[in-house]
Formats: sequence, structure tokens, C-alpha cells
Amino acid sequence: MRAMWAFIHKLGSPPWFFGFSGTLVRWLLPLTLLLLALGACWGLLVAPPDFRQGNSYRIIYIHVPAAVVALAGYYVMAIAGAISLIWRIKMADVAMRAAAPVGAILTGVALVTGAIWGKPTWGAWWVWDARITSMLILFFLYLGVVALFEAYENKAAAAKACAVLTLVGTVNIPIIYKSVDWWYSLHQPASLKFLGESAIDASMLYPLLVMIAAFYLLFAVSMLLNMRAELLWHHRNANWLRQRLGVS
Amino acid sequence: MYFESLAAAWHMDGHGGYVWLAYALTAMAAVLIVWVPLARFRRHLRWVTADQRRQADDNRL
Repeated sequence: MRAMWAFIHKLGSPPWFFGFSGTLVRWLLPLTLLLLALGACWGLLVAPPDFRQGNSYRIIYIHVPAAVVALAGYYVMAIAGAISLIWRIKMADVAMRAAAPVGAILTGVALVTGAIWGKPTWGAWWVWDARITSMLILFFLYLGVVALFEAYENKAAAAKACAVLTLVGTVNIPIIYKSVDWWYSLHQPASLKFLGESAIDASMLYPLLVMIAAFYLLFAVSMLLNMRAELLWHHRNANWLRQRLGVS
Repeated sequence: MYFESLAAAWHMDGHGGYVWLAYALTAMAAVLIVWVPLARFRRHLRWVTADQRRQADDNRL
């Protein structure tokens, strides 16, 4: 427990985080690419087709991981926002800002791949369904955080406003999760369950789990790279940074 | 492999256009979210290196 608190404490230090994230990315990036390639080949070429949807269901291997990680990414952003508001830790601002564009793009991927999947399955690219509409709101929330940060000259005030927007937007997350239960919806309910048996055969489930892990790693790598770029610019005149980069 | 040939995998019983389009767009997005911050990092690094060189030249003068 004490070691965990010490680790969390160190995460708040820009010099320590810069070094740690550099090492982490060097390991995570090849692993991400490997899992993405493995999961995509498995889902596209090896897994059997769905008995009702045929081969169009193979979009599940990118649509579901993108949607799952887009939602998880919002939690990351909201937790960073809360830490930023409560303890005023600068690294939390950096994390919140780094998560927003990645989450926006993954939400965009979930929406676009869902539309492409919807055409052969439902006969329409888009329907104003509760699940899809709440995901569209999530997309705008992510874009809102990116735009709000850029709109302020004073970056401390920008971080505060973004944290408030992020925390207010968390109300949308349970709505997304429960939308298929609360409203009559074209969108199918969750096939994956943490508790109980998943409604998906093992031959289709395993590549899906590989892709979900790969998308989590992709989010982590992209967020870390965003944070490193931000730290590099913010501390460009700091001695610790120049020594670490070997340019002092 | 489930498909008997690469042509069958490409066609996917008429769903190939949808499936490959979705994967291609996702691949582009995945490249984008890694390449953009990497490019930003390299741009900032070039600035820091150039600034350091400028400062060294000033000190020499």
C-alpha cells in the first residue's frame, strides 16, 4: 500500500514521469502493434462468420474495443479532472488534456465503424438510437474539452474549466451503458459480461479480448506520447529536461 | 484461416467492402493518434536543440 502511494506521488513529478513514460512507451508500442496485428488477423481471417449477420459482424473486432476504450478513456479524463480540481496537481491537467483528443478519435472510430456495420445489418448508416446518440454526445464532450482548453489564454483557468466540463459530462457515461436497457433500441445489448457467461462463442470471444487489450494499450501509448510532448514544451527551459535529453 | 482463398477473404460474401473499409479507417485513426504526438515531440525536441545551440553561440561571442 505504501509502495503504491509512493508510486502515485512520483507520478506527480514531471522529471520522474518524463523518464518513466519514455521507458514505458518503448515497451508498450511494439506490444500494442503486435496485439493489434494478431487480433485483426484473427478476427478478420480466422474467426467463423456469425450465423445471422455473416461476415459483416467482423467489424465487432474494432467497433467494440474502440467504444469500450472511448468510455474508459472518459473515466481517466474525469479522474484526472477531479485530481486537478481537488489537489491542483499540474500533471493531472496534462493527463486530462492528453486523454481528450485520443478519446475523441476512438469515439469517432466507434461511431464510424458502427455506421458502416449498421448499413448491411439495419439497412441504414445512422439512426437516432439512444446508444448511438449518447455516444455522439460523448464525442462532442471530448471535442468540447479540446476546444475549451484552446479557447483560454490563461492555461490554469483553462484546466479548471475543462475539469468542470469533464466532471459534468460524466453523467453521460451511465446513460451510454444503460441506454440499451432503458430505451427500445436497435443496438444490441452487451455480448460481453464481467459476471456471468458472455453471449458469444469462444472462437469469436478470444480475438475480441485481444483487440480490447490492444486498444487499451493504444490509448495508453497515445496518451503517454501526448503527455511527453506537452511536458517537453512546458519545461523546455528547465535544466532537468535538457540534461535528460543530452542537450545541456 | 476460415476463407478458402484471399479473393474470398476480400469479398466476404458481399460484406468485404464494409468490413475492409471499417478496418482501413480504423488503421488510419490508429496511425494518427500515435504519429501526431510523436511528430509534436520531435518538433519540440528540434526547437530545444536549436535553442541550446543558439545559447552556446551567444556565450561564445
